[in-house]
Amino acid sequence: MANHTIAETITIPYLEEKGLLSWLTSTDHKRISIMYLLSISTFFVLAGISALLLRFELLMPGKTIVDAHTYNVLFTFHGAVMVFLFIVPGLAASFGNFLIPLMIGARDVAFPRLNLMSYWIYLLGALIILISLSKPADTGWTFYTPYSIRTGTDVILLTFGIFVLGFSSILTGLNFIVTIHKLRAPGMTWHRLPLFIWASYATAILQVLATPVIAISLLLLIAERVFGIGFFDPAKGGDPILFQHFFWFYSHPAVYIMIIPAMGVISEVIPVFSRKPIFGYKAIAYSSLAIALISFFVWAHHMFVSGMSEVAATIFSFLTFLVAIPTAIKVFNWTATLYKGSIDLKSPMLYALSFIFLFTIGGLTGVFLGALAADVHLHDTYFVVAHMHYVMIGGTIMGFFAALHFWYPKMTGKMFNEKVAKIAWAFVFIGFNVTFFPQFILGTQGMPRRYADYPPQFHSLNELSSIGSWILGIGMFVMAINLLRGLFNGEKAPQNPFNSLSLEWQVPSPPPHENFEEIPHVTDWTYGYGKKSA
Amino acid sequence: MEGVEKIEHVHGHHVDPVVEYQSLKFGMWLFIATELLLFGGLFAAYTIFRAKFPEMFAEQHLELNKTLGALNTAVLILSSLTMALGVTSIQRGKPKRLALFLLLTILLGLAFGVNKYFEYSAKFHHHIYPGTSIFFSLYFTMTGLHMLHVFAGMALLTTMLVLTLRGRFSDKYYTPVEVSGLYWHLVDLIWIYLFPLLYLIA
Ligand code: HEM
Ligand SMILES: [Cu+2]
Repeated sequence: MANHTIAETITIPYLEEKGLLSWLTSTDHKRISIMYLLSISTFFVLAGISALLLRFELLMPGKTIVDAHTYNVLFTFHGAVMVFLFIVPGLAASFGNFLIPLMIGARDVAFPRLNLMSYWIYLLGALIILISLSKPADTGWTFYTPYSIRTGTDVILLTFGIFVLGFSSILTGLNFIVTIHKLRAPGMTWHRLPLFIWASYATAILQVLATPVIAISLLLLIAERVFGIGFFDPAKGGDPILFQHFFWFYSHPAVYIMIIPAMGVISEVIPVFSRKPIFGYKAIAYSSLAIALISFFVWAHHMFVSGMSEVAATIFSFLTFLVAIPTAIKVFNWTATLYKGSIDLKSPMLYALSFIFLFTIGGLTGVFLGALAADVHLHDTYFVVAHMHYVMIGGTIMGFFAALHFWYPKMTGKMFNEKVAKIAWAFVFIGFNVTFFPQFILGTQGMPRRYADYPPQFHSLNELSSIGSWILGIGMFVMAINLLRGLFNGEKAPQNPFNSLSLEWQVPSPPPHENFEEIPHVTDWTYGYGKKSA
Repeated sequence: MEGVEKIEHVHGHHVDPVVEYQSLKFGMWLFIATELLLFGGLFAAYTIFRAKFPEMFAEQHLELNKTLGALNTAVLILSSLTMALGVTSIQRGKPKRLALFLLLTILLGLAFGVNKYFEYSAKFHHHIYPGTSIFFSLYFTMTGLHMLHVFAGMALLTTMLVLTLRGRFSDKYYTPVEVSGLYWHLVDLIWIYLFPLLYLIA
């Protein structure tokens, strides 16, 4: 790069330089974003395959393909990899990295080298987790004590890997917060920021404030196994419930680390494809912060039946209901944006609409679970499994797919086949519902989660769910092929194929290394659709 | 400050020095917040167990060596002072004095470590380990994690020392020194809480 003049580096597309090393050492936020995107997608596929195996085992009662221990290992791998290697870094590390500097009119993040370091740390954590597979853990992704202290499987390496990933998460969050504070282009005031930026900001705060707590919990778990410190061991005067408190103090905010960036994506996609200004800008922006704040005070709703005073349980139940308010505010505002819009059902929009529909189901069933009387019965049943998948797949992953299809032309400079994308969407949408809706019913009928087997009366709904998982799998496969094919055979993407007003679309596709030839002067918000030429 | 438009091209990056200064400082404060939360988990555990086993804490803390603990407290407070003097020196444009104070600070960190080594050895000698009791588990995890932070701080300051000797800092540019100093003060501060909580239980 040293040989180029400034003007040249500014105009070279960021994808130009080839070779693995040039990627692994690049501090360009866009390249780092692509590396995250490829890495998290790889882990998504691995964890997805393990999910298909789990569903295959549950196709019929009795042993189908794996024994009970292998089943436990599979769901631990599935959960831990999906959560810590895919969905938590997820949208923030991939699309956040790509979009934050572009959307606020900056040339890069505040600390580009730290950004690259975060990615390396992510790789290191992933590597440690893969090594732990030589004796894979069987505790579930929640590592509840005392079982996680006693099991002979490699809990230490797995949790240590997650500990390392925590650094990556913290440093990324820190970088984004500083970037959003300090590097906004002239005129890009807080209330002109795209809502994806507000969402990323709220997410980053959660990453910075919640992750240290899981870090210390996992360190203590490791110390428990190595030195027998006894904090979580009742035999030594410790308290296994304490681990649950520590764990959920992080992991509840973590569910918002997973979902808030997806909400940000939806706020960007909906106005573009309904050609209307976003409704309730400030309400959406501040509700992200409200969710982030409240999410620190609801963790014990995962522990209603773990042993807790009635007063405490009632308070946590009430606080859990509170979290639904800012969540619903967003849903109402998106729907109001759609109202009387000229809606264009392109693939990103299909995924965005799916998000609204499915996430609403997921969020409302969360409220059922937050109600004490209902949760006593539904806890640890398939109802919880269905709830979490409606919010995580129906929410986050639909948002992720919306983002993939929406920003694909910008990131790759190519177009994918829209017709195939729509077909894939149909499979994903139908497959998802066929897989997970029956699980709500199974849960209310009392089928517990995390068992390799079930009594015959649960057979037909389980069969349906497993068939659904194949439809879902096919949908994702077709989607992946379509997007990969676009890279090679796709038409060249124009600068702004969807007529968006946001800054990232005002630079070439793919953008040059330095993003902007000249730092833009911002004079208005980005949602002025339906007026003038827009 | 010329605003964001005037761009300097260094290693593919380019930020206004004022913005860089503010950013680094802000970033370090955020990082310090994460460290406090990390220790916050341990302080929470401490509170819970102390409430659960008050006699154990009252009795077993007597095994800890108050003199060595107090000495280490003095060493760290002194090191915070030398660190602050270092930052003042470079603000006044005296890199040599900065180097001297950095060296002093690192040596004081080292003294802390040596002291801690003797303390731990004495405990092991009396067959007191992490896991001996909840109190000693807390003692070892809290001071152990803190010790790791002292090492991290020393590594950071050594880097600063090398950069200072290479003439990287002046009264115009000393952001990394100042930010590393902040980190060192944090390490010091945590000890100021650990010392009474573990050694001086009434
Ligand atoms: C309106 C918002 C939400 C409410 C009120 C809510 C409420 C709850 C409650 C009460 C539970 C515990 C159920 C039990 O174990 O008995 C739960 C579990 C869970 N929720 Fe939510 N939730 C909400 C949104 C979300 C979101 C957005 C995500 C993730 C993106 C999420 C992910 C999960 C997961 C993963 C579990 C299961 C954890 C486990 O035990 O493995 N939830 N939710
Ligand atoms: Cu929760």
